[in-house]
Amino acid sequence: MDVAIVGIGIHPFGRTPARSGLQQGAYAARLALQDAGVEWRDIQFAFGGSASAGSADALVNELGLTGIPFINVANGCATGGSSLISAYNAIKSGEYDVGMVTGFDKHDRGAFNADPKELGIGEWYGEVGMMMTTQFFAMKIQKYMHDHAISHNTLAKVSEKAFINGSKNPNAWRTEPISVDEIINSTMVNNPLTKFMFCSPAEGGVALILCRADHAKRYTDTPVYLKGATMKSRRFGSFEVFAPSQALQQVDGPTVDASKAAFEMAGVGPKDMDVMQLQDTEVGAEIMHMAENGFCEDGEQEALIQQGATHIGGSMPVNTDGGCLANGEPIGASGLRQVYENVLQLRGQAGDHQVPDDPKLAYTHVYGAPGISAITILQR
Amino acid sequence: MPWSAEAKKRDEIMSNQVPIAEGLFSWPAVKPALLASRCKQCGVAAFPVASSCMACSGQDVEIEELPSRGTLWTWTVQQFMPKKPYRSDETPETFVPYGVGYLELPGGVRVEGRLTENDPQKLQIGMVMDVVFEPYRIEDNGDEVINFFFRPVQ
Ligand SMILES: [Zn+2]
Repeated sequence: MDVAIVGIGIHPFGRTPARSGLQQGAYAARLALQDAGVEWRDIQFAFGGSASAGSADALVNELGLTGIPFINVANGCATGGSSLISAYNAIKSGEYDVGMVTGFDKHDRGAFNADPKELGIGEWYGEVGMMMTTQFFAMKIQKYMHDHAISHNTLAKVSEKAFINGSKNPNAWRTEPISVDEIINSTMVNNPLTKFMFCSPAEGGVALILCRADHAKRYTDTPVYLKGATMKSRRFGSFEVFAPSQALQQVDGPTVDASKAAFEMAGVGPKDMDVMQLQDTEVGAEIMHMAENGFCEDGEQEALIQQGATHIGGSMPVNTDGGCLANGEPIGASGLRQVYENVLQLRGQAGDHQVPDDPKLAYTHVYGAPGISAITILQR
Repeated sequence: MPWSAEAKKRDEIMSNQVPIAEGLFSWPAVKPALLASRCKQCGVAAFPVASSCMACSGQDVEIEELPSRGTLWTWTVQQFMPKKPYRSDETPETFVPYGVGYLELPGGVRVEGRLTENDPQKLQIGMVMDVVFEPYRIEDNGDEVINFFFRPVQ
Protein backbone atom coordinates (compact mmCIF):
# COMPACT_ATOMS: atom_id res chain seq x y z
CA MET A 1 0.00 0.00 0.00
CA ASP A 2 1.51 3.35 -1.03
CA VAL A 3 1.18 6.33 1.26
CA ALA A 4 0.29 9.93 0.39
CA ILE A 5 0.56 13.24 2.22
CA VAL A 6 -2.73 15.07 1.71
CA GLY A 7 -2.64 17.82 4.30
CA ILE A 8 0.05 20.07 5.79
CA GLY A 9 0.06 22.73 8.49
CA ILE A 10 2.73 24.82 10.18
CA HIS A 11 2.99 27.28 13.03
CA PRO A 12 5.65 29.91 12.25
CA PHE A 13 9.06 29.05 13.73
CA GLY A 14 11.04 31.36 16.01
CA ARG A 15 9.67 32.87 19.21
CA THR A 16 5.97 33.15 20.00
CA PRO A 17 5.68 34.17 23.68
CA ALA A 18 1.87 34.24 23.54
CA ARG A 19 1.49 30.53 22.65
CA SER A 20 2.68 27.42 24.44
CA GLY A 21 4.42 24.70 22.44
CA LEU A 22 1.28 22.61 22.67
CA GLN A 23 -0.83 25.45 21.30
CA GLN A 24 1.59 25.87 18.40
CA GLY A 25 1.17 22.16 17.73
CA ALA A 26 -2.61 22.47 17.81
CA TYR A 27 -2.43 25.48 15.46
CA ALA A 28 -0.44 23.43 12.94
CA ALA A 29 -2.73 20.41 13.38
CA ARG A 30 -5.88 22.44 12.65
CA LEU A 31 -4.29 23.90 9.52
CA ALA A 32 -3.29 20.42 8.33
CA LEU A 33 -6.82 19.07 8.91
CA GLN A 34 -8.28 22.04 7.05
CA ASP A 35 -5.79 21.57 4.21
CA ALA A 36 -6.86 17.93 3.79
CA GLY A 37 -10.53 18.76 4.32
CA VAL A 38 -10.93 16.27 7.17
CA GLU A 39 -12.23 16.53 10.70
CA TRP A 40 -10.15 15.49 13.71
CA ARG A 41 -12.76 12.81 14.45
CA ASP A 42 -11.92 11.18 11.07
CA ILE A 43 -8.25 10.74 11.99
CA GLN A 44 -7.60 7.09 12.97
CA PHE A 45 -4.19 7.41 14.65
CA ALA A 46 -1.40 9.87 15.40
CA PHE A 47 2.32 9.85 16.04
CA GLY A 48 3.87 12.93 17.58
CA GLY A 49 6.95 14.29 19.32
CA SER A 50 7.98 17.15 21.56
CA ALA A 51 11.22 17.34 23.54
CA SER A 52 10.54 20.32 25.83
CA ALA A 53 6.87 21.24 25.42
CA GLY A 54 5.14 18.34 27.15
CA SER A 55 3.83 15.08 25.75
CA ALA A 56 2.70 15.29 22.16
CA ASP A 57 -0.39 13.21 22.94
CA ALA A 58 -1.63 16.03 25.19
CA LEU A 59 -2.71 17.58 21.87
CA VAL A 60 -5.96 15.65 22.24
CA ASN A 61 -6.88 18.08 25.02
CA GLU A 62 -6.81 20.83 22.39
CA LEU A 63 -8.22 18.91 19.44
CA GLY A 64 -10.78 16.68 21.13
CA LEU A 65 -10.94 13.30 22.84
CA THR A 66 -11.81 10.80 20.13
CA GLY A 67 -10.21 7.66 21.54
CA ILE A 68 -7.55 7.19 18.85
CA PRO A 69 -4.13 5.66 19.53
CA PHE A 70 -1.71 8.61 19.85
CA ILE A 71 1.89 7.46 20.23
CA ASN A 72 4.63 9.73 21.57
CA VAL A 73 7.97 9.58 19.76
CA ALA A 74 11.30 10.75 21.18
CA ASN A 75 14.41 10.44 19.00
CA GLY A 76 16.28 13.70 19.51
CA CYS A 77 16.69 15.80 16.37
CA ALA A 78 15.35 12.86 14.34
CA THR A 79 12.03 12.82 16.23
CA GLY A 80 9.99 14.21 13.32
CA GLY A 81 11.51 11.79 10.85
CA SER A 82 10.91 8.91 13.24
CA SER A 83 7.24 9.88 13.73
CA LEU A 84 6.74 10.07 10.00
CA ILE A 85 8.24 6.63 9.43
CA SER A 86 6.03 5.15 12.13
CA ALA A 87 2.92 6.65 10.49
CA TYR A 88 4.10 5.56 7.07
CA ASN A 89 4.46 1.97 8.26
CA ALA A 90 1.08 2.07 10.03
CA ILE A 91 -0.68 2.92 6.75
CA LYS A 92 1.54 0.76 4.56
CA SER A 93 0.68 -2.24 6.72
CA GLY A 94 -2.98 -1.82 5.77
CA GLU A 95 -4.01 -1.33 9.39
CA TYR A 96 -5.10 2.30 9.00
CA ASP A 97 -6.40 4.52 6.19
CA VAL A 98 -5.67 8.02 7.47
CA GLY A 99 -3.60 9.46 10.30
CA MET A 100 -1.71 12.46 11.59
CA VAL A 101 1.97 13.09 12.25
CA THR A 102 2.80 16.08 14.38
CA GLY A 103 5.72 17.69 16.12
CA PHE A 104 6.05 20.86 18.15
CA ASP A 105 8.44 22.35 20.66
CA LYS A 106 9.40 25.34 22.72
CA HIS A 107 12.96 25.50 24.04
CA ASP A 108 14.80 27.93 26.28
CA ARG A 109 17.47 30.12 24.78
CA GLY A 110 21.07 28.92 24.52
CA ALA A 111 22.68 25.60 23.71
CA PHE A 112 20.84 22.41 24.55
CA ASN A 113 22.23 20.89 27.73
CA ALA A 114 22.18 17.15 27.59
CA ASP A 115 22.38 14.77 30.54
CA PRO A 116 25.12 12.12 30.20
CA LYS A 117 23.18 9.65 32.34
CA GLU A 118 20.32 9.54 29.84
CA LEU A 119 22.75 8.30 27.21
CA GLY A 120 24.54 5.83 29.45
CA ILE A 121 27.69 7.96 29.73
CA GLY A 122 29.51 8.69 33.01
CA GLU A 123 28.86 12.01 34.73
CA TRP A 124 32.54 12.93 34.44
CA TYR A 125 31.98 13.43 30.68
CA GLY A 126 29.62 16.32 31.34
CA GLU A 127 31.59 17.67 34.29
CA VAL A 128 34.71 18.23 32.19
CA GLY A 129 32.67 20.01 29.50
CA MET A 130 32.44 17.48 26.67
CA MET A 131 28.66 16.94 26.72
CA MET A 132 28.22 19.52 23.96
CA THR A 133 26.73 18.75 20.55
CA THR A 134 28.39 21.89 19.19
CA GLN A 135 31.84 20.43 19.92
CA PHE A 136 31.06 17.29 17.95
CA PHE A 137 29.89 19.24 14.92
CA ALA A 138 32.98 21.47 15.14
CA MET A 139 35.35 18.51 15.41
CA LYS A 140 33.65 16.65 12.57
CA ILE A 141 33.88 19.57 10.13
CA GLN A 142 37.41 20.42 11.36
CA LYS A 143 38.54 16.94 10.30
CA TYR A 144 36.52 17.13 7.08
CA MET A 145 38.02 20.51 6.11
CA HIS A 146 41.48 19.08 6.74
CA ASP A 147 40.86 15.94 4.67
CA HIS A 148 38.82 17.45 1.81
CA ALA A 149 40.05 21.05 1.48
CA ILE A 150 36.88 22.93 2.44
CA SER A 151 37.51 26.64 3.14
CA HIS A 152 36.23 28.90 5.92
CA ASN A 153 34.63 31.07 3.26
CA THR A 154 32.57 28.11 2.09
CA LEU A 155 31.37 27.52 5.66
CA ALA A 156 30.13 31.10 5.75
CA LYS A 157 28.48 30.84 2.34
CA VAL A 158 26.21 28.09 3.69
CA SER A 159 24.92 30.46 6.38
CA GLU A 160 24.63 33.31 3.89
CA LYS A 161 22.37 31.17 1.67
CA ALA A 162 20.30 30.00 4.66
CA PHE A 163 19.52 33.56 5.70
CA ILE A 164 18.73 34.59 2.08
CA ASN A 165 16.26 31.69 1.86
CA GLY A 166 14.89 32.57 5.29
CA SER A 167 14.19 36.09 4.08
CA LYS A 168 11.92 34.59 1.38
CA ASN A 169 10.01 32.34 3.79
CA PRO A 170 7.25 34.01 5.83
CA ASN A 171 7.34 31.16 8.40
CA ALA A 172 11.10 31.45 9.07
CA TRP A 173 12.63 32.91 12.23
CA ARG A 174 15.71 34.63 10.80
CA THR A 175 14.55 36.77 7.91
CA GLU A 176 17.44 39.24 7.53
CA PRO A 177 20.26 38.36 5.12
CA ILE A 178 23.72 38.43 6.77
CA SER A 179 26.95 38.96 4.81
CA VAL A 180 29.78 36.42 4.58
CA ASP A 181 32.11 38.86 6.37
CA GLU A 182 29.71 39.32 9.24
CA ILE A 183 29.23 35.53 9.53
CA ILE A 184 32.98 34.79 9.58
CA ASN A 185 33.67 37.61 12.05
CA SER A 186 30.84 36.83 14.47
CA THR A 187 31.75 35.36 17.88
CA MET A 188 33.72 32.12 17.69
CA VAL A 189 31.74 29.35 19.42
CA ASN A 190 33.66 26.13 18.69
CA ASN A 191 36.51 26.54 16.21
CA PRO A 192 36.06 26.68 13.24
CA LEU A 193 32.37 27.52 13.73
CA THR A 194 31.13 31.00 14.62
CA LYS A 195 27.82 32.08 16.14
CA PHE A 196 26.10 32.70 12.80
CA MET A 197 27.12 29.23 11.58
CA PHE A 198 24.94 27.49 14.18
CA CYS A 199 21.19 27.15 14.50
CA SER A 200 19.56 27.94 17.84
CA PRO A 201 16.90 26.18 19.87
CA ALA A 202 13.54 27.71 18.98
CA GLU A 203 9.79 27.12 18.80
CA GLY A 204 7.33 25.96 16.22
CA GLY A 205 4.92 23.24 15.19
CA VAL A 206 4.15 21.16 12.10
CA ALA A 207 1.45 18.61 11.30
CA LEU A 208 0.89 16.34 8.31
CA ILE A 209 -2.11 14.25 7.28
CA LEU A 210 -1.19 10.91 5.70
CA CYS A 211 -3.50 8.45 3.99
CA ARG A 212 -3.41 5.36 1.78
CA ALA A 213 -2.48 6.43 -1.72
CA ASP A 214 -5.63 5.08 -3.35
CA HIS A 215 -7.71 7.39 -1.12
CA ALA A 216 -5.56 10.48 -1.71
CA LYS A 217 -7.77 12.14 -4.32
CA ARG A 218 -10.67 12.17 -1.87
CA TYR A 219 -8.76 14.76 0.12
CA THR A 220 -6.74 16.78 -2.37
CA ASP A 221 -6.03 17.39 -6.05
CA THR A 222 -2.33 17.62 -5.28
CA PRO A 223 -1.29 14.55 -3.28
CA VAL A 224 2.39 14.00 -2.65
CA TYR A 225 3.54 10.40 -2.38
CA LEU A 226 6.06 8.99 0.07
CA LYS A 227 8.23 6.87 -2.21
CA GLY A 228 10.84 6.16 0.39
CA ALA A 229 11.09 6.49 4.16
CA THR A 230 13.97 4.98 6.10
CA MET A 231 15.65 5.32 9.45
CA LYS A 232 18.97 3.91 10.66
CA SER A 233 21.00 4.08 13.82
CA ARG A 234 24.79 4.06 14.00
CA ARG A 235 26.89 0.99 13.36
CA PHE A 236 30.10 0.22 15.22
CA GLY A 237 32.88 2.49 13.98
CA SER A 238 30.93 5.54 12.85
CA PHE A 239 31.95 8.92 14.29
CA GLU A 240 29.03 10.20 16.34
CA VAL A 241 28.08 12.82 18.87
CA PHE A 242 28.58 12.09 22.61
CA ALA A 243 31.24 9.41 22.06
CA PRO A 244 33.95 9.28 24.79
CA SER A 245 35.92 7.17 22.33
CA GLN A 246 35.65 5.90 18.81
CA ALA A 247 37.00 2.94 16.94
CA LEU A 248 40.25 3.18 14.98
CA GLN A 249 38.47 1.68 11.97
CA GLN A 250 35.84 4.14 10.76
CA VAL A 251 32.71 3.05 8.89
CA ASP A 252 29.92 5.00 7.17
CA GLY A 253 27.51 6.77 9.49
CA PRO A 254 23.74 6.27 9.74
CA THR A 255 23.07 8.98 7.15
CA VAL A 256 24.90 7.04 4.44
CA ASP A 257 23.10 3.85 5.40
CA ALA A 258 19.63 5.43 5.58
CA SER A 259 20.18 7.34 2.32
CA LYS A 260 21.20 4.27 0.34
CA ALA A 261 18.20 2.37 1.70
CA ALA A 262 15.82 5.21 0.82
CA PHE A 263 17.05 5.49 -2.78
CA GLU A 264 16.78 1.74 -3.16
CA MET A 265 13.25 1.75 -1.76
CA ALA A 266 12.15 4.60 -4.05
CA GLY A 267 13.92 3.21 -7.11
CA VAL A 268 15.56 6.56 -7.86
CA GLY A 269 19.00 8.10 -7.34
CA PRO A 270 20.51 11.30 -5.96
CA LYS A 271 20.66 12.88 -9.43
CA ASP A 272 16.88 12.56 -9.77
CA MET A 273 16.19 14.83 -6.79
CA ASP A 274 14.96 18.32 -7.68
CA VAL A 275 15.10 19.80 -4.18
CA MET A 276 16.54 18.62 -0.85
CA GLN A 277 16.32 19.53 2.81
CA LEU A 278 19.43 18.31 4.66
CA GLN A 279 20.01 18.57 8.40
CA ASP A 280 21.90 21.81 8.96
CA THR A 281 22.18 22.25 12.70
CA GLU A 282 25.33 24.10 11.66
CA VAL A 283 27.02 24.82 8.34
CA GLY A 284 29.44 21.90 8.52
CA ALA A 285 26.54 19.48 8.80
CA GLU A 286 24.99 20.75 5.58
CA ILE A 287 28.31 20.46 3.75
CA MET A 288 29.07 16.93 4.96
CA HIS A 289 25.48 15.77 4.56
CA MET A 290 25.58 16.71 0.87
CA ALA A 291 28.18 13.98 0.37
CA GLU A 292 26.80 11.52 2.95
CA ASN A 293 23.45 11.58 1.16
CA GLY A 294 25.10 10.91 -2.18
CA PHE A 295 24.59 14.31 -3.83
CA CYS A 296 28.32 14.84 -4.45
CA GLU A 297 31.72 13.36 -3.73
CA ASP A 298 33.72 14.39 -0.66
CA GLY A 299 35.40 17.71 -1.40
CA GLU A 300 33.19 18.71 -4.34
CA GLN A 301 31.14 20.91 -2.00
CA GLU A 302 33.83 23.60 -2.13
CA ALA A 303 33.27 24.30 -5.83
CA LEU A 304 29.52 23.59 -5.76
CA ILE A 305 28.83 26.03 -2.92
CA GLN A 306 31.17 28.70 -4.31
CA GLN A 307 29.31 28.43 -7.65
CA GLY A 308 25.92 28.79 -5.96
CA ALA A 309 24.69 25.31 -6.90
CA THR A 310 22.82 24.93 -3.59
CA HIS A 311 20.83 28.16 -3.98
CA ILE A 312 17.14 28.05 -4.94
CA GLY A 313 17.91 28.63 -8.60
CA GLY A 314 20.97 26.35 -8.59
CA SER A 315 21.48 22.83 -9.89
CA MET A 316 20.94 21.20 -6.46
CA PRO A 317 18.84 23.45 -4.19
CA VAL A 318 19.46 22.67 -0.50
CA ASN A 319 17.34 23.89 2.42
CA THR A 320 15.09 26.13 0.38
CA ASP A 321 13.12 27.33 3.43
CA GLY A 322 16.28 28.47 5.21
CA GLY A 323 16.81 25.17 7.03
CA CYS A 324 17.52 24.93 10.73
CA LEU A 325 19.93 27.84 10.39
CA ALA A 326 17.15 30.30 9.53
CA ASN A 327 14.24 28.52 11.26
CA GLY A 328 15.90 27.52 14.51
CA GLU A 329 15.43 24.08 15.91
CA PRO A 330 12.30 23.09 17.82
CA ILE A 331 13.42 19.46 18.16
CA GLY A 332 10.01 17.81 17.80
CA ALA A 333 9.01 19.86 14.75
CA SER A 334 12.25 20.26 12.84
CA GLY A 335 12.21 17.12 10.71
CA LEU A 336 8.57 17.64 9.78
CA ARG A 337 9.30 21.22 8.70
CA GLN A 338 11.51 19.75 5.98
CA VAL A 339 8.66 17.57 4.75
CA TYR A 340 6.25 20.52 4.91
CA GLU A 341 8.65 22.53 2.76
CA ASN A 342 9.03 19.72 0.21
CA VAL A 343 5.26 19.30 -0.09
CA LEU A 344 4.98 23.04 -0.77
CA GLN A 345 7.73 22.75 -3.39
CA LEU A 346 6.12 19.77 -5.13
CA ARG A 347 2.71 21.48 -5.13
CA GLY A 348 4.31 24.61 -6.56
CA GLN A 349 3.10 26.62 -3.56
CA ALA A 350 6.43 27.77 -2.09
CA GLY A 351 6.06 31.36 -3.25
CA ASP A 352 9.29 33.37 -3.13
CA HIS A 353 11.31 30.28 -2.19
CA GLN A 354 9.83 28.09 -4.93
CA VAL A 355 12.35 26.04 -6.91
CA PRO A 356 11.83 26.64 -10.66
CA ASP A 357 10.86 24.08 -13.33
CA ASP A 358 8.11 22.14 -11.54
CA PRO A 359 10.12 19.90 -9.17
CA LYS A 360 8.89 16.30 -9.13
CA LEU A 361 11.09 14.58 -6.56
CA ALA A 362 12.19 15.92 -3.19
CA TYR A 363 14.41 14.62 -0.40
CA THR A 364 14.58 15.16 3.36
CA HIS A 365 17.29 14.13 5.82
CA VAL A 366 17.54 14.49 9.59
CA TYR A 367 20.31 13.47 11.96
CA GLY A 368 20.01 13.16 15.72
CA ALA A 369 22.01 12.19 18.77
CA PRO A 370 23.46 9.73 19.54
CA GLY A 371 23.71 8.71 15.87
CA ILE A 372 20.42 8.26 14.03
CA SER A 373 19.28 9.40 10.60
CA ALA A 374 15.90 9.43 8.90
CA ILE A 375 15.26 10.07 5.20
CA THR A 376 12.17 10.61 3.07
CA ILE A 377 11.79 10.77 -0.70
CA LEU A 378 8.63 12.52 -1.88
CA GLN A 379 7.13 12.49 -5.36
CA ARG A 380 4.17 14.38 -6.75
CA MET B 1 54.09 -6.65 54.24
CA PRO B 2 57.38 -4.81 53.61
CA TRP B 3 57.12 -1.07 53.41
CA SER B 4 58.10 0.03 49.94
CA ALA B 5 59.47 3.42 49.09
CA GLU B 6 57.21 3.46 46.08
CA ALA B 7 54.06 3.08 48.13
CA LYS B 8 55.23 5.78 50.54
CA LYS B 9 55.82 8.21 47.69
CA ARG B 10 52.42 7.34 46.24
CA ASP B 11 50.70 8.01 49.56
CA GLU B 12 52.36 11.38 49.95
CA ILE B 13 51.50 12.56 46.49
CA MET B 14 48.04 11.16 46.16
CA SER B 15 46.52 11.38 49.61
CA ASN B 16 44.51 14.47 48.74
CA GLN B 17 43.84 13.64 45.12
CA VAL B 18 40.83 11.74 43.80
CA PRO B 19 40.11 10.66 40.22
CA ILE B 20 37.13 12.34 38.50
CA ALA B 21 35.62 8.89 38.04
CA GLU B 22 36.58 5.45 39.27
CA GLY B 23 37.95 3.11 36.64
CA LEU B 24 38.63 5.76 34.00
CA PHE B 25 42.39 5.59 34.60
CA SER B 26 44.66 3.77 37.01
CA TRP B 27 44.82 5.82 40.25
CA PRO B 28 46.67 6.08 42.47
CA ALA B 29 49.61 4.87 40.43
CA VAL B 30 53.22 5.87 39.93
CA LYS B 31 52.60 5.94 36.22
CA PRO B 32 48.83 6.38 35.70
CA ALA B 33 47.26 5.31 32.40
CA LEU B 34 43.85 5.41 30.74
CA LEU B 35 42.03 2.09 31.09
CA ALA B 36 40.29 0.31 28.23
CA SER B 37 38.41 -2.93 27.91
CA ARG B 38 39.43 -5.25 25.10
CA CYS B 39 37.05 -7.83 23.71
CA LYS B 40 38.48 -11.35 23.88
CA GLN B 41 36.26 -12.39 20.99
CA CYS B 42 37.05 -9.73 18.34
CA GLY B 43 39.98 -7.83 19.84
CA VAL B 44 38.38 -4.38 19.70
CA ALA B 45 39.21 -1.95 22.52
CA ALA B 46 36.77 0.47 24.18
CA PHE B 47 37.12 3.50 26.44
CA PRO B 48 35.88 3.83 29.12
CA VAL B 49 35.86 0.20 30.23
CA ALA B 50 32.63 -1.52 29.19
CA SER B 51 31.30 -4.90 30.25
CA SER B 52 30.26 -5.83 26.72
CA CYS B 53 31.64 -5.18 23.25
CA MET B 54 29.90 -2.67 20.96
CA ALA B 55 31.52 -4.22 17.91
CA CYS B 56 30.47 -7.87 18.29
CA SER B 57 28.16 -7.95 21.37
CA GLY B 58 30.67 -10.21 23.13
CA GLN B 59 30.65 -10.12 26.94
CA ASP B 60 34.10 -11.48 27.65
CA VAL B 61 36.43 -8.50 28.03
CA GLU B 62 39.74 -7.81 29.75
CA ILE B 63 41.02 -4.52 31.08
CA GLU B 64 44.27 -3.03 29.82
CA GLU B 65 46.22 0.21 30.00
CA LEU B 66 46.14 2.42 26.91
CA PRO B 67 49.32 3.95 25.44
CA SER B 68 50.31 7.33 26.87
CA ARG B 69 51.21 8.93 23.53
CA GLY B 70 49.15 9.38 20.38
CA THR B 71 48.26 11.72 17.53
CA LEU B 72 45.52 14.35 17.45
CA TRP B 73 42.74 13.13 15.14
CA THR B 74 40.56 16.24 15.34
CA TRP B 75 39.96 19.12 17.75
CA THR B 76 38.02 22.25 18.61
CA VAL B 77 38.17 24.97 21.25
CA GLN B 78 35.21 25.49 23.56
CA GLN B 79 34.92 29.28 23.61
CA PHE B 80 32.01 29.74 26.02
CA MET B 81 31.35 28.27 29.45
CA PRO B 82 28.98 25.31 29.19
CA LYS B 83 25.90 25.07 31.37
CA LYS B 84 25.41 22.20 33.81
CA PRO B 85 26.43 19.38 33.95
CA TYR B 86 29.74 21.29 33.45
CA ARG B 87 31.44 21.38 36.85
CA SER B 88 34.72 23.21 37.26
CA ASP B 89 35.91 25.84 39.72
CA GLU B 90 35.25 28.58 37.21
CA THR B 91 32.69 31.35 37.12
CA PRO B 92 31.59 33.04 33.89
CA GLU B 93 34.12 35.76 34.79
CA THR B 94 37.08 33.44 35.30
CA PHE B 95 36.21 30.95 32.52
CA VAL B 96 39.10 30.14 30.20
CA PRO B 97 38.34 28.57 26.77
CA TYR B 98 39.59 25.00 26.55
CA GLY B 99 40.58 22.66 23.77
CA VAL B 100 38.85 19.32 23.18
CA GLY B 101 40.03 16.64 20.82
CA TYR B 102 40.25 12.97 19.93
CA LEU B 103 43.66 11.41 20.49
CA GLU B 104 44.39 8.35 18.39
CA LEU B 105 46.18 5.88 20.63
CA PRO B 106 47.96 3.28 18.48
CA GLY B 107 46.54 -0.21 18.87
CA GLY B 108 43.79 1.10 21.15
CA VAL B 109 41.04 3.61 20.39
CA ARG B 110 40.56 7.30 19.71
CA VAL B 111 39.82 8.86 23.08
CA GLU B 112 38.04 12.19 23.51
CA GLY B 113 39.58 14.48 26.09
CA ARG B 114 40.42 18.02 27.08
CA LEU B 115 43.62 19.53 25.73
CA THR B 116 46.08 21.53 27.82
CA GLU B 117 46.44 23.87 24.82
CA ASN B 118 43.64 26.28 23.89
CA ASP B 119 45.34 28.37 21.20
CA PRO B 120 43.91 27.37 17.78
CA GLN B 121 47.15 28.50 16.17
CA LYS B 122 49.05 25.86 18.12
CA LEU B 123 46.72 22.96 17.42
CA GLN B 124 47.03 20.80 14.33
CA ILE B 125 45.52 17.53 13.22
CA GLY B 126 48.25 14.87 13.33
CA MET B 127 50.34 16.48 16.08
CA VAL B 128 51.80 14.18 18.74
CA MET B 129 50.36 14.46 22.25
CA ASP B 130 50.85 12.80 25.63
CA VAL B 131 48.13 11.73 28.02
CA VAL B 132 48.71 13.54 31.32
CA PHE B 133 46.84 13.52 34.63
CA GLU B 134 46.32 16.88 36.31
CA PRO B 135 44.12 18.58 38.90
CA TYR B 136 40.79 19.74 37.43
CA ARG B 137 38.90 21.23 40.39
CA ILE B 138 38.91 21.36 44.18
CA GLU B 139 36.00 19.76 46.05
CA ASP B 140 34.39 21.45 49.08
CA ASN B 141 36.24 18.99 51.36
CA GLY B 142 39.57 20.08 49.88
CA ASP B 143 40.09 17.05 47.66
CA GLU B 144 41.81 17.70 44.38
CA VAL B 145 39.89 16.09 41.52
CA ILE B 146 42.21 14.61 38.89
CA ASN B 147 41.26 14.38 35.21
CA PHE B 148 43.15 13.25 32.12
CA PHE B 149 44.33 15.78 29.54
CA PHE B 150 46.17 15.65 26.24
CA ARG B 151 49.35 17.76 26.13
CA PRO B 152 51.34 18.60 23.00
CA VAL B 153 54.80 17.01 23.00
CA GLN B 154 57.35 19.80 22.99
ZN1 LIG C 1 34.03 -7.83 20.32
